[in-house]
Amino acid sequence: MMNIATPQIRTAAEQGLAAAVDQRLVDVPMEGRVGELRRAAAAAFAAHGLPHRRVEEWKYTDLRAILRDAPPVAGPLDAASEAEGNFKALSLPDAKRILFVNGVLARSASDLLTLEAGLTAMPLGSALASNHAVAERLGALAPQRYDAPLALNTAFLGEGLVVHVAAGAKIAAPLHVAHVFTGDEPAASYGRLVVVVEDGAEVTLVESFQGRDGVAYQTNTALELFVGDTAHVDYVRMQEEGDAALHLGTVMLEIGRDAQFHSFGLTTGAHASRISLYGKFAGTGSHAGLRGATLLTKRQHADITLLLDHAVAHCESRELFKTVLADESRGVFQGKIVVRPDAQKTDGRMMSRALLLGEACEMDNKPELEIFADDVQCGHGATAGELDEDLLFYLKARGIPQKEAEALLVQAFVGEAIEFVENDALRDLLIARAEAWLKKRA
Amino acid sequence: MALLEIKNLHASIDGKEILKGLDLTVPAGEVHAIMGPNGSGKSTLSYVLSGKPDYEVTEGTALLDGQDILQMAAEERAAAGLFLAFQYPIEIPGVATMTFLRTAVNAQRKARGEAELSTPEFLRVVKLKAGHLGITQEMLRRGVNVGFSGGEKKRNEILQMALLEPKVAILDETDSGLDIDALKVVSEGVNALRSKDRAMVVITHYQRLLDHIVPDVVHVMHQGRIVRTGGKELALELEASGYAGYGQDAA
Repeated sequence: MMNIATPQIRTAAEQGLAAAVDQRLVDVPMEGRVGELRRAAAAAFAAHGLPHRRVEEWKYTDLRAILRDAPPVAGPLDAASEAEGNFKALSLPDAKRILFVNGVLARSASDLLTLEAGLTAMPLGSALASNHAVAERLGALAPQRYDAPLALNTAFLGEGLVVHVAAGAKIAAPLHVAHVFTGDEPAASYGRLVVVVEDGAEVTLVESFQGRDGVAYQTNTALELFVGDTAHVDYVRMQEEGDAALHLGTVMLEIGRDAQFHSFGLTTGAHASRISLYGKFAGTGSHAGLRGATLLTKRQHADITLLLDHAVAHCESRELFKTVLADESRGVFQGKIVVRPDAQKTDGRMMSRALLLGEACEMDNKPELEIFADDVQCGHGATAGELDEDLLFYLKARGIPQKEAEALLVQAFVGEAIEFVENDALRDLLIARAEAWLKKRA
Repeated sequence: MALLEIKNLHASIDGKEILKGLDLTVPAGEVHAIMGPNGSGKSTLSYVLSGKPDYEVTEGTALLDGQDILQMAAEERAAAGLFLAFQYPIEIPGVATMTFLRTAVNAQRKARGEAELSTPEFLRVVKLKAGHLGITQEMLRRGVNVGFSGGEKKRNEILQMALLEPKVAILDETDSGLDIDALKVVSEGVNALRSKDRAMVVITHYQRLLDHIVPDVVHVMHQGRIVRTGGKELALELEASGYAGYGQDAA
């Protein structure tokens, strides 16, 4: 992968980002291991820049063409923005909320100090400064391959949160990390979340992303999540950014022994978005369910790329991603399951289904299996099609008008993925969000 | 007064003419059976009347209570009072039966300018009517027809008919795939909906169903037309002699 960097012409955005990275290293200096990580990330970005369509993992999402500007890093938070963010960010009943406004932790509007026993959350900066054990694991789950958004996220490191769930703690209230962008001018934010769930603990983690329509801001966020042995973690991610935003998300995951991990990602926002999920089974007997629903209109582009590493035996994974495309929108799903030689008895099923409502929409599906063990059960499938005419006719023959019939069927289509969300309130919320999307379209 | 009045109806699919000048008049309060050999166009008639997109009407008229329905969209025909009980009710995973029923009833009420039913009122009516048909609350929570047996699917069709209270109901091969017990339940459901204000057309290949839903008039359909009309004894005659006299290649 790390070929000798051949000199090449950098775009204005790449040059701008490289300069901003250099400035950031000066403005927010860090020592020791994390300092090294940041300098290495900066060097990697300088060498490789933004990926384009000739880079295999970015074939359908030409980031170099999409990311044309390098807006400044969002500045310090003022009281007005904080108040606005507090008002506009998603609010979940019965959840503890940590609020980031324009990429900056809004401490006074966050439930940092009122968390349940066994759950701690602290600003990334203080955790790094105090050599907190969780912060020590930052970077540990980074993929082997060069990942430009993650390199930028690491190079710009500063804002973020570390979360620790103590061994055996059963956390009842979901922990909700809400991100909201309130600015009038384009700006970029780089947030890092490191979450360690110790052995036997249970927690539901929610991340939401919202922002102002019409502003070309950029959100670059990275999550490192360690799921301990016999732990049970649910992760729900709601990407509802403003309609001109660029959203780049990296989710890195390591699952211990006999653990349960379920994730659900709702994607309806941003002009362009890419989620890269790197997951690894590090202990036997575990189950992971990765699911999502993406609903796009106009010229929106959303890419979900998974790399799931079955490194050990006796693990089970289920992936189900639903994409609904209207107008000229474009959906991308790339899913790769790797089954290592030792990962016998692996059971993996991956499915991507797309519903094409628009005449000019496009879905790109690329499922892959790389299997090096001989006693496994793995399968993948991908479909893309229009609404079933026979289903529509059945509904219309009962007096349900075309638009309403379409909405019912779309709702049912995404519902098949949403129904896996265990938390009742979150599941209802996701269903309501999908309904709202349909209403807005009709 | 005729609730359904079809004159000289011609319809084709993919350029192939299936209905070739069909005439049929069903007055209010009557149940008419349409029998005929496979391929005579019985199901096509039901689809053409209910507005399935693949069919093209090339000639003729169809009036529902005096209204020309052939120019209407399928949902408008339903709101005007037409109901088709499907031969093969389709499964709709992810749409709960109860949601589907409420959406349908309220869409029709809205189209007719009536107020939507309140949720408690609707639940009460569904519970009552579903109970008569042996449809459980658990089935109502499931996706439409998902995991239903053949008999349960047909009972679900009759429940929809009971809730939508159409002026004209067309039952397409409602007996297909039913054992004798299921046939009885479904027939009782249909008979309970016989009314002086409603017309029914029962399409069937076999006389068996007509032992349970006794028709006022029996029509024989052959090559896209009604070729014979008689009383309920005509069905018995057909049962004895078969459709030999109406062979598919007799044209």
